[in-house]
Amino acid sequence: MSQISEANRPVKRSEVSKLRWTWQEMKNNKTAYFMLAPFLLLFIIFTVLPVVLSIFLSLTDFNMLQMPHFLGIDNYMRLFLDDEIFILAIQNTMIFAAITGPVSYILALLVAWFINELPPKIRAVVTLVFYAPSISGNAYLIWKTLFSSDSYGWANAVLIKYGIITEPILWFQNADYVMPLCIVVALWTSLGTAFLSFIAGFQTIDRSMYEAAAVDGIKNRWQELWYITLPTMRPQLMFGAVLAITNSFGFGAVVDALCGFPSVDYAAHTIMHHLGDYGGARYEIGYASAIAVILFIIMFSSNIIIKKALSKVGE
Amino acid sequence: MAKEKLQRLRTRGHRVVLNRSAGGDTGITIMLTFLGLFMFVPMYYVVIQSLKPLDELFMFPPRFYVIRPTLENFGDLFTLMSDSWVPFSRYIFNTVFITICGTLGNLVFASMAAYSLAKLRFPGRNAIFQVIVMSLMFHSTVNQVTHFIILSAFGWIDTYLSIIVPSMAGTMGLYLMKQFMESSVPDTVLESARLDGASEFRIYLTIAMPMVKPAWLTLMVECFKNLWNSGSSIYIHSEELKTFNYAIQQIVSGGIARSGAGAASTVVMMMVPILIFVFNQSQIVETMGSSGMKD
Repeated sequence: MSQISEANRPVKRSEVSKLRWTWQEMKNNKTAYFMLAPFLLLFIIFTVLPVVLSIFLSLTDFNMLQMPHFLGIDNYMRLFLDDEIFILAIQNTMIFAAITGPVSYILALLVAWFINELPPKIRAVVTLVFYAPSISGNAYLIWKTLFSSDSYGWANAVLIKYGIITEPILWFQNADYVMPLCIVVALWTSLGTAFLSFIAGFQTIDRSMYEAAAVDGIKNRWQELWYITLPTMRPQLMFGAVLAITNSFGFGAVVDALCGFPSVDYAAHTIMHHLGDYGGARYEIGYASAIAVILFIIMFSSNIIIKKALSKVGE
Repeated sequence: MAKEKLQRLRTRGHRVVLNRSAGGDTGITIMLTFLGLFMFVPMYYVVIQSLKPLDELFMFPPRFYVIRPTLENFGDLFTLMSDSWVPFSRYIFNTVFITICGTLGNLVFASMAAYSLAKLRFPGRNAIFQVIVMSLMFHSTVNQVTHFIILSAFGWIDTYLSIIVPSMAGTMGLYLMKQFMESSVPDTVLESARLDGASEFRIYLTIAMPMVKPAWLTLMVECFKNLWNSGSSIYIHSEELKTFNYAIQQIVSGGIARSGAGAASTVVMMMVPILIFVFNQSQIVETMGSSGMKD
């Protein structure tokens, strides 16, 4: 009798090695793995594997035709020492991301905060006004009409009418204007998922906290925002930051559509374009992979820095 | 002390409003109006352009209103469509087919995975979720080169599969659904179902899924939006496999004479995701309530 119960009783963690415990747990949760498997398999093939493959290929001269040769860090040396356009692309990417990322993030947060106190019906309409550009596919092409290079473009028409200029400005063919214009258009399309997340975040905050805070000596709405609202919303802030960073590096398509590729004097040439150029057009896969790896490193380190900064909110 | 403070509170409508100065209200209203115009005017201008007859499109200076609104541009768009050598219905079919397959696949796979990650305890659970969260941190175009190599290894280049299958593993939907399940499906309900002898899969299908309706609506809208707006793909070169969005961009990029038809096409393309959002807005915002990320 005692022998049977000995064999059937569940294994206690302290009695077995860590490995056996884990194996036991895995067997007990077979269903969990089965339910996860289809998604995980596709995720590994189409997201994890490409990253790993990029790292390996970046050390070779693979070009889709010949057997790859191992090059060590030659591709990286070439990127930083021999490729002036890449250095320009890094600069442009950094300027672009350093402006669009924080500005779109703060814009989304402020707008969400402003509209939080509106009555629900109006709030829904205002939310739509701000969110619509981000889901409207290529509606941003209208900026090309507004800033068209002839006098039918609104910007030129206004400037000519008031005598500020006499000849229409070729907005998207002028190296001085392409970057600022692309940033404006990128910001226009940037109030997406993070914005909705902030709106929801503001709504879930318990109002009694504000009443308590008012009694405790919070004097104005800014103090309330900093000491009460933002710390409560930290998870949303974190999620929004991740998306803002991701997007701030992903505006390549917007730039292409507005300025063409390559942009005039490479004035709006970003790392993403450089990657597309070498990977898609020249089939220098090894070199393109090195560019991709650099981008990964930049994106991940931005995320780590932002996370550190966000943990200081409300202190 | 506390009483004095509360006496100074203003009321707005019937509600007591704390810590809100009239000056601040005005400032915020002005800023919101300004930003709202920045967002709204270009969208409005697309619609206005699409309704302008040809002579008004080329009026100097350009106007933000239309004198004689016409649906001519939409008619032109339709004529241009019927002239293309691949029948236009084919492009529409491609977009609809890709969108439906990708969205449904993503819904099934991601919700199953979300249930597993949110409600079941098993070794590796946290590590797997961490990796999925990390994937939210980089834009997918970074992967385009190696993605291409993998798709060609499968022989999927120039097939529907090259778009449909990867979209089934979209992580945004999974992330939102997992967070929502964690916060809105109580463990006690699942526990009692387990005691009644229900299998995990059955619990997922009959208990968890009906409780997270806002989350799967959000997932579908998210996935739909991405696939609907997908234009030319570097993985597809056959004309008869290309999407509606691609085709419509091709026919309207034919120079300045087609700028009216171009605006009309943009209106057609953007109306669909906007309408879908309008009908699901409250559900989507509800889902976003649990979207926060723990550090």
